[in-house]
Amino acid sequence: MIMFILRRLLQMVPAVIGITLIIFVLLRVSGDPVTLMLPEDAPQSQIDTLRQSLGLDRPLPEQYVIFLGNLVRGDFGRSIRYGNQPVLSIVAERLPATLQLSAAAMAVALIISLSAGIVAALHRGRWPDHVATVFSVLGEAMPNFWLGIMLILVFSVQLQVLPVSGQGSLRNLLLPAVTLGAGLAAVLTRLMRSSLIEVLGQDYIRTARAKGLHPRFVLFKHAIRNALLAYLTVVGLQVASLMAGSVVTEQVFAWPGIGLLAIQAIHSRDMAILQAIVIISSLIVMVTNLIVDVLYAVIDPRIQYS
Amino acid sequence: MKVLGRRLSVPVIVGSAGLVIFMLIAALAPWLAPHGPAEAFLLDRLSPPAWFGGDSSYALGTDHLGRDMLSRLLYGSRIALAVGFAGVLIAAVIGIVLGLVSGYFGGIVDTAIMRLVDTLISIPNVLLYLTVLGVFGPSFGILITVIGLVNWTTFARVVRAEVLSIKRREYVEASHASGQRTHLVLLRHILPNIGGPIIVVATLNLATVVILEASLSFLGLGVQPPTVTWGRMLADGRNYVATAWWLATFPGVFITMLCLSLILVGDWLRDALDPRLSGQ
Repeated sequence: MIMFILRRLLQMVPAVIGITLIIFVLLRVSGDPVTLMLPEDAPQSQIDTLRQSLGLDRPLPEQYVIFLGNLVRGDFGRSIRYGNQPVLSIVAERLPATLQLSAAAMAVALIISLSAGIVAALHRGRWPDHVATVFSVLGEAMPNFWLGIMLILVFSVQLQVLPVSGQGSLRNLLLPAVTLGAGLAAVLTRLMRSSLIEVLGQDYIRTARAKGLHPRFVLFKHAIRNALLAYLTVVGLQVASLMAGSVVTEQVFAWPGIGLLAIQAIHSRDMAILQAIVIISSLIVMVTNLIVDVLYAVIDPRIQYS
Repeated sequence: MKVLGRRLSVPVIVGSAGLVIFMLIAALAPWLAPHGPAEAFLLDRLSPPAWFGGDSSYALGTDHLGRDMLSRLLYGSRIALAVGFAGVLIAAVIGIVLGLVSGYFGGIVDTAIMRLVDTLISIPNVLLYLTVLGVFGPSFGILITVIGLVNWTTFARVVRAEVLSIKRREYVEASHASGQRTHLVLLRHILPNIGGPIIVVATLNLATVVILEASLSFLGLGVQPPTVTWGRMLADGRNYVATAWWLATFPGVFITMLCLSLILVGDWLRDALDPRLSGQ
């Protein structure tokens, strides 16, 4: 198992290099960072000095290696807007809010999709199934930020039971979490339904029933456990879209996470912050996928990692 | 009635009808719209929909600048469909070429392309779009290019898988044996036989891109005003949610209906063209 985790960590290296390379090239193409840091009428000598001190006069491949070296040491550069603070500390300050929102959204999606998917599969072709299908298709078709605005309209403006924005309590978290989790819940409900239906048609389920096991025992011990395998793969793959969706959700609810920070950084052209956010959130996605792979072994004892 | 050997169901009929209606709206917007999309009647600002006690000349009300909501919604379908089709087309071309090469030649080329796919799907896509649009500035051309450059991974993976299963078939080996050049084998014998999955992926991807375009416009990084986009209308409506509910409600209804049509058609096509993909 440890060997497997180590090997998977090694496999992440090319992807990390790929991501940093994409970001590095994009931001070098965007123009000379020095012109953003100095006043427009700065003398050429001052520009040259700053370029030299930042290493921007060296060849691009060398700059990339220095950039990578800095990243490894946790140095993501300094913000040009936030009083020259280290970027990493600015992002680290905002990260918990995004992680809290994403985790809550994932919880919403898991609770809805597991219960709705199982109920739909057990009542295949009857009304609970149709209701679940209609809601999951609608959930996929609906842009999550619109759902967020509609939830604000109903629960904050009309009924006045939940706050429009703010962070801290569970009441603040509820609307953003439902907004971000709804789309994922829709995808996962469909998946849980179809994979459970497939498993319920297998021979070993019939055998288990035939030998007189309690139906509930068959469902939980034999059917759902096997249906969860396909489900879990997709949960892992959807973490990236959850991180992406949180950017828009944070904008709707003024949620102070890294998504909102990224949008502010674009408008103020604070590229160092943007680059740190892209790299850190991609790392989060990769690590989550690794965790999902390890979880497989817990659910499916046939899988051996050697 | 049967099409492609599969019976038409109610959802697919509704979806196709919806799709046709949206295309007609986009094509005929200047003739259908009662007012110009940028025409501002400042005295009629924030007028509610006609059936909600508003002025009868604005069926769905007006926005904060007194522009007719219905006219703007009709015009907004143009950008949604244009970005959708153009973005998916670019993504499909890139994905099909790389998928064919990857699946057919295998080896180090295959490994390199699949590593690139792994890398791209690890980056939360909205952040990548934000970075590119922040660097180059938002415009229609940049928008569809970056959507194409980021969104091809699904096409590449599906095409690669299809090619792997098809390249050992007798007719492919026969065309090799008869001296056919490799690129002709790929274009004449392999590509036409994987058309089904490609159409399915393209239709479902179109819904994703429509939502993506709306999200980017909502964040202020889509096609810029005075061009009307549903996402920008929603962003404006967000600020008036407490006083004028129709501003944010209707653009979302339009986006949802367009995506719903695409998903209903895409799901049916998937079941009809490629039963293996459906998983049901």
